[in-house]
Amino acid sequence: MVQRIRLRYTKRGRLRFTSHRDFQRALERALRRSAVPMAYSAGFSPHPRISFANAAPTGSASEAEYVELALSAPRDPEQLRAQLDESLPTGLDVIDAVEVRTPNFVERLEASVWELRLDGVAPEAAAAAVAAFLAAESVEVQRQTKNGIRSFDARGAVVALQVVESQVVAGATGLPESSTDIAAGRACAILRLVVRHATPAVRPDDVLSGLRVTADLALPVPAGVTRLAQGPLDEESGTVTDPFAPDRGAAPALPSEAAEPQPA
Amino acid sequence: MPVESVFPRLEALLPHVQKPIQYVGGELNSTVKDWDACDVRWALMYPDAYEVGLPNQGVMILYEVLNEREGVLAERTYSVWPDLEKLMREQQVPQFTVDAHRPVKAFDVFGLSFSTELGYTNMLTALDLAGIPLESKDRTVDDPIVLAGGHAAFNPEPIADFLDAAVVGDGEQAVLDMTEIIRAWKAEGRPGLDGRSPRDEVLFRLARTGGFYVPRFYDVEYLPDGRIGRVVPTISGVPWRVSKHTVMDLDEWPYPKQPLVPLAETVHERMSVEIFRGCTRGCRFCQAGMITRPVRERSITGIGEMVDRGLKATGFEEVGLLSLSSADHTEIADIAKGLADRYEEDKVGLSLPSTRVDAFNIDLANELTRNGRRSGLTFAPEGGSERIRKVINKMVSEEDLIRTVAAAYGNGWRQVKLYFMAGLPTETDEDVLQIAEMAKNVIAKGREVTGQNDIRCTVSIGGFVPKPHTPFQWAPQLGVEETDARLLKLRDAIRNDRKYGRNIGYRYHDGKPGIVEGLLSRGDRRVGAVIRAVYEDGGRFDGWREYFSYDRWMRAAEKGFAGTGVDVAWYTTRERQYEEVLPWDHLDSGLDKDWLWEDWQDSLEEVEVDDCRWTPCFDCGVCPQMDTQIQIGPTGVKLLPLTVKQPAAGGAAHNH
Repeated sequence: MVQRIRLRYTKRGRLRFTSHRDFQRALERALRRSAVPMAYSAGFSPHPRISFANAAPTGSASEAEYVELALSAPRDPEQLRAQLDESLPTGLDVIDAVEVRTPNFVERLEASVWELRLDGVAPEAAAAAVAAFLAAESVEVQRQTKNGIRSFDARGAVVALQVVESQVVAGATGLPESSTDIAAGRACAILRLVVRHATPAVRPDDVLSGLRVTADLALPVPAGVTRLAQGPLDEESGTVTDPFAPDRGAAPALPSEAAEPQPA
Repeated sequence: MPVESVFPRLEALLPHVQKPIQYVGGELNSTVKDWDACDVRWALMYPDAYEVGLPNQGVMILYEVLNEREGVLAERTYSVWPDLEKLMREQQVPQFTVDAHRPVKAFDVFGLSFSTELGYTNMLTALDLAGIPLESKDRTVDDPIVLAGGHAAFNPEPIADFLDAAVVGDGEQAVLDMTEIIRAWKAEGRPGLDGRSPRDEVLFRLARTGGFYVPRFYDVEYLPDGRIGRVVPTISGVPWRVSKHTVMDLDEWPYPKQPLVPLAETVHERMSVEIFRGCTRGCRFCQAGMITRPVRERSITGIGEMVDRGLKATGFEEVGLLSLSSADHTEIADIAKGLADRYEEDKVGLSLPSTRVDAFNIDLANELTRNGRRSGLTFAPEGGSERIRKVINKMVSEEDLIRTVAAAYGNGWRQVKLYFMAGLPTETDEDVLQIAEMAKNVIAKGREVTGQNDIRCTVSIGGFVPKPHTPFQWAPQLGVEETDARLLKLRDAIRNDRKYGRNIGYRYHDGKPGIVEGLLSRGDRRVGAVIRAVYEDGGRFDGWREYFSYDRWMRAAEKGFAGTGVDVAWYTTRERQYEEVLPWDHLDSGLDKDWLWEDWQDSLEEVEVDDCRWTPCFDCGVCPQMDTQIQIGPTGVKLLPLTVKQPAAGGAAHNH
């Protein structure tokens, strides 16, 4: 292994139904198709060395998934990004790349920003539910796990929750039939959620359960959930910053268009 | 007129179902064409779950062959699991294609590929979800032509009521011929001529070519005892017998060129190349070997090009060299070595899914495992005793097997899997119990060669189902109880052996699914009512143990056969005689029925038949009937290394 590269990728449109396992296989094949010089693990059955961080649940879209590759020969991160993006299906798009110069990447992913589209819910109703949720000290919710139903607090990990205008750019989904177009005349509330990565993990679904528990907010159709960002959490402002910044900062001054700063 | 995508409505259901990715399409190398720019549109279905259907070579080939044509469009659809079916019914979402999520009913042809009869109930589910009437007689000119292909279509009679047409044999040219007929009929404004309805007109144009079977143009007459009297065309101009399609030069059809790469996990994740089609080994139980004759090899260079192109298009890490008996390709050694050399650095593994003991050699095995893992070796002696192997014409001796196994153990393999059948014609308990002896001998040899005790041998066994167009088409099938009793005796013989029992794994399939498969395989049109009754009672996914219900089939049979004088046993465990008109006699596989009968008689006499690739013709009838001949090498050509390889770190190490 001579180089490590971190990538940011998306799960957009209908490919948000890709499970994490599905993505792993798709990535390995894309790496083969684009002849990326992967480093392999040692042993009887060598595997390319790929580490994933904190994947979004199946069915949730994401603009901010992260993966790290170990290479056997150096590559320009931006070139590799473009090559790999070309090899993956539209919707699984590789949108940023950086050479690894700092350790402990996973620890850096302290929080996520989510957008929740609640089709058929009036923004006023959503705002009232959000207010009730935020006013609560703790909100006990339940989730079905492999080991049965589990109860935990969904309030503590929530840093911010508000009703906003949509930030998911129309057309960013890559596929025409995705449901980003808000049906004319239909009520639709958009929530912006900032949630700290904690144990047990609080997922957007859990927050929605919390809204149902605290304010009886019912969804006529399943929520459209998109992760907008992951990264270090600025506790003061409640914002999430670019997790690649330390790598970019530590990098020698290479002229690279890929290194433009990410708005958090 | 554009057809609306059902995806927005489907999307709302997907968060509530298992593995939603299987319904969204968007696979690498999939194709979505402009609906209005095409005048003939095909919906292709493999009537099983996506994870089984997607890797199916037949569908993949036809999908590409059709989509390559100007003005022709093909999309794929698979069986939806019951969780989604329920939601689709509640929300009135119709059966859809995964490519552009168009409703199946909007297509010109709804073509289903049946590798096995156990997909019949899934066809009915799909038709019903699509809003297409289940029976051909109730459809209108606005419904697609419901077409069956695949090996099971060699006897389409049990599903005759549900089909508009069936194709027997190779599909590549057949789908293009059918496309042209439909295109011409549509260009004329979908007419009905000479008193025929428009729908009958297009079906008639297909039927009169002699290459498409349209069940509604044939009437089945029954004798008082329940047997078939004869099958007669009901209108003039359609032939008495329908012929099978045979593609002669495989190198002209290098499909799939760009295999589909799914995001969802599927049963086979590899780049498959069919290295030859057909088999003349003459195993009497093997329907595939009988109906796909003659042998036609793809050239070594054609194989090399397909592998190269396919790997680049897919990124798969395994190449499957497919055929009915892959080690029988005349140049298999050069193919395996050539490919292993080419892809040594890319860690691309090779696999030969069907390998005969007698065609296997250790050099070949070493080439196959050079770039990948050395897991286990699998062989299919099929019968436990020398006698029963003569009956089925699987001419593999136990000495061959032991010799091969010894070489394999000597070269580092530690596990051998053996496949067998129970319930073969003339079989006794003794024949089956011989399997235990064979397994013990394999382990004894392994211990002797390696000096180690931890040698494994797995015996896998299932019930034999007699199939149409084989010498065993007249044979009685062994009943459920007898099959199960025999399998249990074998299990006890293996388990009770103190010296070897613990090293022998035993996997068996009980006799119940086999009887239903037997009913569907050798059934006639009267079986259709049973299939429909099973479907209406909730029967789905009959190839899946967790869904299959024997009791449901038996209840439906009681209902469906009421008043006919026939029953499940009549179709399965009854032996047929020479004179009997078989339900599939009017579908011509090229095999001479008298030759099949003689081979059946030879079988009972334990007389073997050679392979016509290496001995003179034994007149099975296919070559003269189809105006074809065997096409085999060797060509003497070798696979050259692919040039301009990226110099990897450490240099190109060809060290052997």
